[in-house]
Amino acid sequence: MANIHARDSVGLVQPQTFHFDDPLLLACGRSLNSYDLVVETYGELNRQCSNAVLICHALSGHHHAAGYNSEEDAKPGWWDAYIGPGKPIDTNRFFVVSLNNLGGCHGSTGPRSINPASGRPWGKDFPILRVRDWVHSQARLADRLGIEQWAAIIGGSLGGMQAMRWALEYPDRVRHCLVIASAMKLSAQNIAFNQTARQAIMSDPDFHDGDYLAFDTYPKSGLSVARMIGHITYLSDDGMGQKFGRDIRSGTFQQGSAEPVEFQVESYLRYQGDVFSSSFDANTYILMTRALDYFDLAREYSDDPVQAFSGANCRFLVISFTTDWRFAPDRSREIVNALVGAGKSVSYAEIESEYGHDAFLIPIPEYYNLFTEYMKTVSTD
Amino acid sequence: MRIDLDVIQAWIKPGSRVLDLGCGDGTLLHNLCSNKQVSGYGLEIDPKQITTCISKGLNVIDQNLNQGLDNFADKSFDTVVMTHALQTMHAPHQVLEDMLRVGEECIVTFPNFGHWKARWHLCAKGRMPVSDLLPYQWYDTPNIHFCTFRDFEVLCHQLNIDIVHRQVVAERPVSRLLKDVRPNLFGETAIYHLRKQAWQASRGDNGPKREG
Repeated sequence: MANIHARDSVGLVQPQTFHFDDPLLLACGRSLNSYDLVVETYGELNRQCSNAVLICHALSGHHHAAGYNSEEDAKPGWWDAYIGPGKPIDTNRFFVVSLNNLGGCHGSTGPRSINPASGRPWGKDFPILRVRDWVHSQARLADRLGIEQWAAIIGGSLGGMQAMRWALEYPDRVRHCLVIASAMKLSAQNIAFNQTARQAIMSDPDFHDGDYLAFDTYPKSGLSVARMIGHITYLSDDGMGQKFGRDIRSGTFQQGSAEPVEFQVESYLRYQGDVFSSSFDANTYILMTRALDYFDLAREYSDDPVQAFSGANCRFLVISFTTDWRFAPDRSREIVNALVGAGKSVSYAEIESEYGHDAFLIPIPEYYNLFTEYMKTVSTD
Repeated sequence: MRIDLDVIQAWIKPGSRVLDLGCGDGTLLHNLCSNKQVSGYGLEIDPKQITTCISKGLNVIDQNLNQGLDNFADKSFDTVVMTHALQTMHAPHQVLEDMLRVGEECIVTFPNFGHWKARWHLCAKGRMPVSDLLPYQWYDTPNIHFCTFRDFEVLCHQLNIDIVHRQVVAERPVSRLLKDVRPNLFGETAIYHLRKQAWQASRGDNGPKREG
């Protein structure tokens, strides 16, 4: 069990807020005149400012990727297994920057923030964001931190999309791009899952057409169902089978008994939904899933991924997981093939795992070792 | 470094683009990168080997060679190399053709099943050969398509493949003495440098139709 005083933990960390006043022109045509980004950093920036690593979070992620925010925290940050002294993203070597993206609900400017124009929370009026908007805001954060070039930009899932977009938008500002369990664009099935999740939220009477904050409420059940749908797709059939099987949490199938049965998996999903819905913003969830749906790496490159990557200057590591059906290995192979077609440096590993899409967050020895070895080459580059 | 790897290195032009099929721990590719400034990729399926390649800073791609090289464009490499893996392929003839589609030329090495020890084993004992060179039993061997040098050259002829160079390697003393006199009997490993026949290459023809 990880703990705050463990030698491989970054320990107690505090987020910082960076305020930006230069208007950020967004892909949707609107602009954000001022905004905040909440950031955690781990490790020390070296004198040459050459050891910085950017962590791009996924759909429901945030800035708190490693360590603990207080002595009382039961759990460390979401990627603590991979960030810390001696871990793959080794804070003895790297200065790690992890932020909450714009549109988020963990402190960075988003739908819950006050819209200066109205004096009320943005709510559903918050601009629609695309992955590139996050990338541009992250570039400004890099400027603020004095980081001209990232040693590596690392992201899983939606985070991998940001890392790839970085390589195309700012080719000279990134040396290594690590794309884990990601894709160049979502499949129809993926969009369908996201749409079902959004519909669950929007059809909740407490959603109030996105204006729920004005009614001092939030679409708890809708958001909870949205999370359950997502959660199912992040696990594999085998993984769920092994974790829960048909185990019963309460009730009985005994003849003559009418006591209702609850399976472990039901209780687990309900718990996940409850926790998530009480800590996440529904408008943020809608915004983030839309950013996922809209992302298409090669759209502006004549739909040719080889052409898209042709301007990239960094080295790439692409990783997928065998049982990940949400971002299947084939999607990663498409990335690799495009990079090979463009003559870029790329390595690719398909990791054997039963954990589905969630595997990228979980310490799996093969993945852990490969990640460690790759990051060692990043630090000596 | 193994003798065959030395020979291969001598045949590779500096600065060329190389695809190494079944690159193992990346020894060859690493040497080619350091000594010949080549660029390119290794393909491998063993996770441990992939990690070793990554630790050497090589480009390595997790790919099962039995599923073909369809993801690589025609003539996208100067040289496609395959060391000691041809005999493990489901369809060695298709692999060879694919190698010469993807690369301008290719270099292949494989163990010689016509080596006297193998012949002796089969002839005298009536058992499938097991030796220090080929230490597997018939039922657990990864080597499912053995051939002799002569077999291989017949295949090359059928596929309209030119043999640019052939080097026969033997590490044991007796074999070393006699390998040049009777290569198919005393050669332990063959290293072939291959190219599509000129008229075939210019027509972009892949030679005889593939099976299946």
